[in-house]
Amino acid sequence: MSESGIPGGIAAIVEGEPSGPRRMVLNMGPQHPSTHGVLRLVLELDGEIIMRCQPELGYLHTGIEKEFEVKNYQQAVTLTDRVDYLAPLSNNLGYCLAVEKLLGLEIPPQAQWMRVMLTELTRLNSHLVWLGTHALDIGAMSVFLYCFREREDILRIFEMFSGQRMMTSYFRIGGLALEPPRGWAQRVKKFLDVFPSRVDEYEDLLTNNRIWIGRTRGIGRISLEDMLDLGVTGPMLRAAGLKIDARKDEPYSSYEKFDFEVPTRTENDVYARYQVRIEEMRQSARIARQAMEGMPEGPWKAADEHVVLPDREKMKTQMEALIYHFKIVTEGFRVPEGEVFQVIESPRGELGFYVVSDGTTKPYRVHMRTPSFGNLQATSEMVKGTLIADVIASIGSMDFVLGDTDR
Amino acid sequence: MLPDNLREFAVAAAVETFDPAAVTGGKHERGELTLEIASGAIAGVCGFLKRECRFIRLSTVTAVDRYPAEPRFEVVYHLHSIERKERLRLKCRLGGGKPEIESVTSVWRSAGWYEREVFDLFGIAFLNHPDLRRIMMPDDWEGHPLRKDYPVTGQRV
Repeated sequence: MSESGIPGGIAAIVEGEPSGPRRMVLNMGPQHPSTHGVLRLVLELDGEIIMRCQPELGYLHTGIEKEFEVKNYQQAVTLTDRVDYLAPLSNNLGYCLAVEKLLGLEIPPQAQWMRVMLTELTRLNSHLVWLGTHALDIGAMSVFLYCFREREDILRIFEMFSGQRMMTSYFRIGGLALEPPRGWAQRVKKFLDVFPSRVDEYEDLLTNNRIWIGRTRGIGRISLEDMLDLGVTGPMLRAAGLKIDARKDEPYSSYEKFDFEVPTRTENDVYARYQVRIEEMRQSARIARQAMEGMPEGPWKAADEHVVLPDREKMKTQMEALIYHFKIVTEGFRVPEGEVFQVIESPRGELGFYVVSDGTTKPYRVHMRTPSFGNLQATSEMVKGTLIADVIASIGSMDFVLGDTDR
Repeated sequence: MLPDNLREFAVAAAVETFDPAAVTGGKHERGELTLEIASGAIAGVCGFLKRECRFIRLSTVTAVDRYPAEPRFEVVYHLHSIERKERLRLKCRLGGGKPEIESVTSVWRSAGWYEREVFDLFGIAFLNHPDLRRIMMPDDWEGHPLRKDYPVTGQRV
């Protein structure tokens, strides 16, 4: 039998052979508040112990991979926001890097550093939502309010850059969508100056909180071998002692120029995952600060007139610029034939974009290797034999987003 | 046959030594190594790569539909070796008539859901898969949305 699910699905649990005399089937979801999206877990219980668990997904499947095939390359950036709606800029980045690799496009340093800074702010944004809702699920209501206070600041920064709070689409193939706004550095600095003290506040609320420790320590254990075998990536692996991070292992967008640590823990429980993510927030703030302070001067988009829209001023005064503008807007740009698999470290783990081009202006095929899909596959294994009261803590510690799972 | 220019890659050479008939082609483009594997040999090659070449992670399984060309489908596997920080792409070509391929769930359990997704959206059957059901679409859905002959828009009643 596969450990990642039960052959025959729900029917096998509901109608199949009972695994014990006191068997009870409990349906959790698809609209359970703690699933943060529409995930359905069918649990078979013996008393309070979970004997089997069958996750059912697909409720948020929107056919995004199909839609990629009818959009041109630049338009498709907007689809990536909607995959993992808590980390839109990470998704923008992964897709843009993949297409830029196909094009062989050189991205100017300012755009690369700006991307790093904003992706790290995205990681903070995502981790804050995770921390707030995870604590809320376990019963610590106030943490949520604190986390969303800082998240609001980050969303305002995103709005300042892109005009959008969530569906930013700020990274475009060839650089950034818009020139960085005037005064961005002060705004980001103001946020980064206070943020570390805010992380201390969250820690004050939770780290030594006896109830929090009681609910999380020793809960949600699953061996590292099982996790690797089941496709888990990201903070879950780091909380089990494996130092794995695409930003260090396969650096992209000049991450190799930044000084940061990859936090790890060895306890491999919900508490360790909490500690890893808290430390990641501190490290992300550190990276964002380095990017802000050392931001290189220069252009914020690549110098390829076939791909990148010309400046407004040029477009109005130069014939060639106007022609390129018209061509790019009406039919897009051609991408050389080939295929790439670009991996980045999203807040949830390994995010991979597999882009296949047939030489036209639209992607032939885009596949997203999303971290939530892989992580969720370990649910059955993780909750088997544990108490039903711990299911919420266990699945919360995975930090999945159902949009990211179902695509 | 492994192209000569790929012999310098240890992994490619190792696979060829393991099963000379399995490798039907390959390329190294944009820093990414792709090996084309005969569809019948995929499970064996994957087992070898995990065991001997330490590709302990299967990053993803997906497919590409080359409709109307034949062989129509490409099943694509992305492998990851954490120790060597190395990635490898395997590709199998399948005809459009009755596309089926051996499952690699016996090598990596993560293939369970990845293959279910390919089965659901492309209609490619994975033999000896422990739980081959639709995963994204409803169980009674007709057709496989990511096939190129499946419409992007349209009304279903």
